[in-house]
Order: sequence, then structure tokens, then C-alpha cells
Amino acid sequence: MAIGSDGRSLDPSGVKYVMNPYDEYALEEALARKEAAGEGSVTVVSLGPDEAKETLRSALAMGADEAILLRADPPADGLVVAQALAAALRDREFDLLLFGKQAIDDDNMQVPAMVAELLELPCAAVVTALEIENGHVTARREVEGGHEVVEFDLPGVIAAQKGLNKPRHPSVRGIMMAKKKPLEERDVELEASALEVVELTSPPPRPEPEIVGEGADAVPELVRRLREEARVL
Amino acid sequence: MAKVLAVAETREGQLRGVSHEVVSTARRLADGLEAEVEVLLLGGPGVREAAAKLGAAGADRVLVAEDPALAVYHPDAAVGAVSGRAGDDCELVLFAATAQGKDLSARCAARLGRPLATEVTEVEMADGAAVVLRPQYAGKAYARIRMAARPALVSLRPNVFPAGETAGRGEVEDLTLDTAPGRTRVTAFEQGERERLDVTEANIVVSGGRGMQGPENWKLLEELVDALGPQATLGASRAVVDAGWRPHGEQVGQTGKVVSPSLYFAIGISGAIQHIAGMRTAGVIVAVNRDAEAPIFGVANYGIVGDAFDVLPRLIEEVRSVRGA
Repeated sequence: MAIGSDGRSLDPSGVKYVMNPYDEYALEEALARKEAAGEGSVTVVSLGPDEAKETLRSALAMGADEAILLRADPPADGLVVAQALAAALRDREFDLLLFGKQAIDDDNMQVPAMVAELLELPCAAVVTALEIENGHVTARREVEGGHEVVEFDLPGVIAAQKGLNKPRHPSVRGIMMAKKKPLEERDVELEASALEVVELTSPPPRPEPEIVGEGADAVPELVRRLREEARVL
Repeated sequence: MAKVLAVAETREGQLRGVSHEVVSTARRLADGLEAEVEVLLLGGPGVREAAAKLGAAGADRVLVAEDPALAVYHPDAAVGAVSGRAGDDCELVLFAATAQGKDLSARCAARLGRPLATEVTEVEMADGAAVVLRPQYAGKAYARIRMAARPALVSLRPNVFPAGETAGRGEVEDLTLDTAPGRTRVTAFEQGERERLDVTEANIVVSGGRGMQGPENWKLLEELVDALGPQATLGASRAVVDAGWRPHGEQVGQTGKVVSPSLYFAIGISGAIQHIAGMRTAGVIVAVNRDAEAPIFGVANYGIVGDAFDVLPRLIEEVRSVRGA
């Protein structure tokens, strides 16, 4: 990974786009729910550039029924992304809207709760277990030192955390079938972002590493250094 | 008068340590703006007692909503409280980047139509706008972002900002909120099986990896944590979480948690780039690994090349003796 010559963005050369791993948990949950119910459909939506079509195709290969590309080049601003998604979803009917808990590029962790708020829907984020009975959702949400139990009535929003399920791999048949499934493309206008990346830098360097010694005999010297030099013990 | 709004957080009636960091940061920024610091404190019966601490941490005004329905996180009531106070006179709203703070800040940003920067490690005001530094790509790059909005919403990574001692006026006012059951209802908090601090909150983290050879050997790491005191806790590498040796809540790294303790022990962890992304901002890193070529030694301040089972008993003994425990 390299920072581009403008000093404000990544150098895109050699970057391969894949589905966000947390989105795989979200998609798996949707597919498993549909299979268990024996009815319904799964639509995958992505807001992004043309390259996102490849990710949508792999979602179709996993088993989604249809895909929608909201074509735009979104800034690293969760609010702008959420506003565009909410606008596109406002008139659609759905029971459950699933997200990954965060993207692993900008690590914002904002969009699911924002979309829920904009659509006036309930939301549980960072979910590791989900039960749905007669339209009532009970979700376990990971928090520091334990879990919160979150309940709401459908329709609602879930943001998936690792542990929710085990995402499937697309089968060869799934990949073949995906080519015939509908993939709608639509250009969307984004709101102006109030955020400006003025600089993107590498993390500050760590101090020069030092091997204190080998085996248990090095422990007294290590502890002395931690006390007298680093002053952390 | 302009203000900086800070949102305090309680857990089972206790003010969380990170709230002190948030309020002190609000104090520092407000002083530069000649603004005042207003703090929202929501919680169950008895939460009012925390108001004095917030005043000492820098609050000029603490708005207290005390209600049995607020003993657990109440998203709709909290969003209402924040958006009701984040009007035109508000320059900045500061949250802690905790599970609750991240959820609440995103909801408030949507409600207010104002941008949010999550998990920042620096925040300043420059020419009337907040400028933040935040890690992206799991800490492999840092973005400096100018937020041209009033108010801007910002969540602070725990353990990064100093908990200062500049007090504010510390006035306490009551705040009445609609606490009827909302769209999203938190019905219980289930404590994890261990009584230890969360890995993001601890000042010292002892993480074990595959070099520990099996879950039954974690008692050695637990002994080290106990010897290091109540500010220490356990962490784990992805490999041992995936193997089912340890719970996911302990995982440090790209698909786990990002931690910034003052002292981090990596025991039997080779140091995959995904792990390093989760702990490279720790103050001091100590690595113990049999393989002298392990990448973890590239980020460690201090390394011992050796077997964990040889080094740990001696380390536990030495730590106990210097800490008098």
C-alpha cells in the first residue's frame, strides 16, 4: 500500500478490490434467512465506482437474487454515503437492511446507524447473534466487556460483526448463474462533503527495536528497562 | 457564548474513564475558542453523583438526565438529547469512540446533517474549523481531515487523549428527556465471562498467540495480567481466536480491536501485518518469541528471543517482586 503523489490519497495502482469482509457476514445472514424462510429475495446494493460491479457479481454468485450499483465516486464521508443510500432505499420495501459493521478502508463505522436514522428505522450495530421471530428482532451486540441485547420490530437495520455466521464460498454453478441475474446500474448525485482530507501520511515510525536477550535470563534486564528507561512498570 | 458539547458515558452507574479524557479535551478546545464546555450525562438513578467529577474534568455545565430507563443505553433518548443541545452556538460535539459512542455519534450526525470523524487521535481548531487526525486502512495510514461544519462531530479514541485537571464551573442542571421505549430498545447488558477490563480500555495488554500452543496454557498469561495489576488485561491474536482458544472480544488487529495501551506484551505472536495494525500505536511494545526473525520484533521496543514457557514464569516472578504483589 502506498500513498499517492498528491499526499492526500492512496496510489490506486495494483490495488485489487474485494468485498469488505464484514459485508460477507451481512450477505450470508440475508441468504441464510431467505433459505430458512423458503421465500423472499435478497438484493445487494453498492454505492461506488464501476469497479464495484465485480463485487456485486460475486454477491450474486453467492446467491443474491439481484444487484444494484449506485454509481458514484463517494468521498470518505459516512454522512454523504448514508444520505445517498437512504435516498435510494427510501421508496423500496424491505424487511431487513444488513450492512457490514464497518468498511476496512476508511474504518468509519458510521453508515449503518446513519442510514437507519435517516430512514427512521431501528438499528443494532456490531451484531454477533440474531434471532427473528414473527417480525421481532433480538440481536446481541458486542460492547466493551460483554454484550447488549437489542430488540426491535421489523423493518430494521443490522450491522454484522465477525462471529455472526460463516460466509459461504460461491459455487461454480452460482458463478454461472450470476451472469444471468439482473444487475441494475444507476448514476447518483452525491451531496457535497464538508470533509476535506488535507494530508494522508504513513504512521509515525516505531522506535528502533532492541533484542534484550535470550530466554528467561533476559527477564531481569527487561523488567529493569521497563521500569527505569520506559517507566511503564 | 459558543460552546463545545461533550457526551459522558456511564456503565452500570459508573462514569467511564474515557469520559474524563473527552471532557478534558473539550476543555482544552473550548479555552482556545473562549467557549464553554457543556456535558451531557445520561444514566439511571444515582448518575447525578458523577457530575462533580465532570466539573473537575473541565465541564462548565453538566446536564443530568437521571431516569431508570437510562440505566442502559437508550439510543432514541440520547440522540434527542444531543441534537437538542447541538444548535448554532455549538462548535463541536465530542464523543468517546466506544461501542456506545460510535453508535450514538453516527445517529446524531445523521439527525443533525453534520459530518462525523470517528476514532480520532488528534483534534485541534484552526480558522474556525475542526482539524482531526485519524487512522485509516487499519492504522496503515493517517488522514488529516478538515471539517468545515458547525458543529462538527468527533469521537476520540480511548487512552490517547490526556485526562487533564483544568476544572470548569461545574454547574449542574436537570434535563428531562422522553424515555418512552424507542424504535431501538436495549433490553439487557450481559457481562462477559471475565471481570477484566476490555482490551481497548486497559493500560497494559498481555496478548497471546499460537506460540502459547493451546488454550489451557492461558493461565500463565492470566497470572502475568494479575501480577501487572487491575489496569492490565488479556488480548489475543487472530490465529488463536479463529482456533477457538479465546473469545473474539479479545482479538487485537485488523478484524479485531485497535488498542493503544501504554504497555503491550506480544507473547508467542509472530506479528502478522493485521495484528500489528491493531497495536502499533501502543506506547511500549514487548515481544517474546522463539523465532528471532519474527516480524513482531520489528515493532517491539524490547524483545526477548525465547520460548514463552521458559520466559513467562520468570517474568511473572519479576513483575510480582517489583510490584510488591
